[in-house]
Amino acid sequence: MTAVTSPLGEDSVWRGLLRRPPAVGALIVLIAVVVLAAGADFLAPYVPSKLSIANRLQAPSALHLFGTDEFGRDVLSRTIWAGRISLAVGGAVVLVSALIGVTLGLMAGYFRRLDGPLSRLIDAMMAFPDILLAIALVAALGPSAFNVVLALGIVYAPRAARVVRASTLVIRELAYVEAAQALGVPTAVILTRHILRNLASPITVQGTFIFANAILAEAGLSFLGVGVSPDVPTWGTMIAMGRQFMDQAGWIMWFPGIAIVASVMSLQVLGDALRDLLDPRLARTT
Amino acid sequence: MTRVVVRRLLEMALVMAIVVTIVFVIVRIAPGDPAAMMLGPDATAKDVADLRARLGLDQSLPAQYGRYVWGLLHGDLGQSIFLARPVTQALWERAEPTFFLTLFSILIACGIALPVGILSAYRHGSVFDQITSTVAMFAASIPSFWLGLVLMQLFAVKLGWFQPSGYGGPGASLGERLNHLVLPACALGIVSSALIARFTRASMLDVLGDDYVRTARAKGMSEIRVVLLHAFKNALIPILTVIGLTAALLISGAIVTETVFGLPGVGSLVVSAVLRRDYPVIQGTLLVVAGLYVLINFIIDMLYLVVDPRVRY
Repeated sequence: MTAVTSPLGEDSVWRGLLRRPPAVGALIVLIAVVVLAAGADFLAPYVPSKLSIANRLQAPSALHLFGTDEFGRDVLSRTIWAGRISLAVGGAVVLVSALIGVTLGLMAGYFRRLDGPLSRLIDAMMAFPDILLAIALVAALGPSAFNVVLALGIVYAPRAARVVRASTLVIRELAYVEAAQALGVPTAVILTRHILRNLASPITVQGTFIFANAILAEAGLSFLGVGVSPDVPTWGTMIAMGRQFMDQAGWIMWFPGIAIVASVMSLQVLGDALRDLLDPRLARTT
Repeated sequence: MTRVVVRRLLEMALVMAIVVTIVFVIVRIAPGDPAAMMLGPDATAKDVADLRARLGLDQSLPAQYGRYVWGLLHGDLGQSIFLARPVTQALWERAEPTFFLTLFSILIACGIALPVGILSAYRHGSVFDQITSTVAMFAASIPSFWLGLVLMQLFAVKLGWFQPSGYGGPGASLGERLNHLVLPACALGIVSSALIARFTRASMLDVLGDDYVRTARAKGMSEIRVVLLHAFKNALIPILTVIGLTAALLISGAIVTETVFGLPGVGSLVVSAVLRRDYPVIQGTLLVVAGLYVLINFIIDMLYLVVDPRVRY
């Protein structure tokens, strides 16, 4: 957590990633998932909501690679469309938690007086298990995609804040920051231009892990029926629906689950590789 | 030593005070009137007003907060609206399945993770190490509720070895109740084992290179004794930390897993409370779970202090 500036330029980060087979595999899977989700309109073989009662609960076949569900809808197409929602929610959670986390972390790390109270606030927020706090927040705010993003953003903000605080504490003591302070550069400029820029590496690494966790948590919330509206297919709601037919049509719940595992694992592999490359001090211990 | 303990106690009290405040605020951020939300659209204005009075929502915010904290200090977590009983009682009635589920999950997780973590650190860089690291990464990426469903489909529905759901009827024997816990505990245990294995490997790697390990080897001590007696003992504290925190965080997985398996535990209590907007139950569960987490953290810190006298905060 003390690696303050990336020892590598952007080019060499890419080159470093490409030299690691697991990271390359993870990148390929992620790109495939993102392309499918983004291009669902063209890439999904069927319209995801097209009912066809005659074709209900069909096992995977050449016509329907992932089989069909209880309404005869194509599971592959639904998995692709659901990916769009699940990834969009995960990505938005990263942005929200980074926004809150960076603000809190910068304040705590830069202003000595705020460090104590803000650190205790972060500790207190970390004491709640992620899904429990998220369902409590969604229960209070009301279930909607926006509120799910907001709730999970709040839940994961302390993780981003901790990393930002730790790095800011180190950067604050560096000579160029002291020089800027001595020259009377306004604090807001120091914070944004001199410190925030150097936080890119730890935030990227942490953001990757938050993305992975957010996908898992969103699936859990949707499964419980307190996530994005149950009518919108997400990987979590698909598993919840498929569960009722597990004795005759297990594929309805298998494939969305496999999609979650593939996305989350790729993000974690990528996060590990990025941490090794951007933060070599940490890499040795984990 | 005493000073450190007192300081940590004060810090813990401060964190708990913030936790209480967060729990108090969460319900108040709800748009609209919580009482009206809880009763639903069919409630009359009088019902809403009555409930507002019962929950103290008609008082000023500081007064409500004061009342809430006063109640907590007397062990009162409020009344469940739908269960018509104190939240503490509702939690207590649901504690057993969650307690056993957490306990078995941790045992399963440790049973997998400790040998795997120790061995992969010992054979650092070997094929075994690479395979287990990949498998651990894979396990950590599985949603525990989905793994639970897959296990249920295979072992309960197809093979019929275990009960697919429930916790036995009232008066079911302990053995029967435990039978219901096998699959959910496996699901949670397998997923949690990944984190513990990674930590075990990392902290074993840290100590295996230390001088005293080399000395023990030089004395001609057997490898098993070197690894288990000398190295593992010293790597144990960080490992205990992660086990403790995993136990506290397991409740998050337990919430969804209990729902999957129809276990009448704290997790399914809170899920039904969310669906019925039974805010006092949600608040009480948040508070108890966060309190356990803070307490476990404190105990671990104290353990560090006892085991390693060099630690001074």
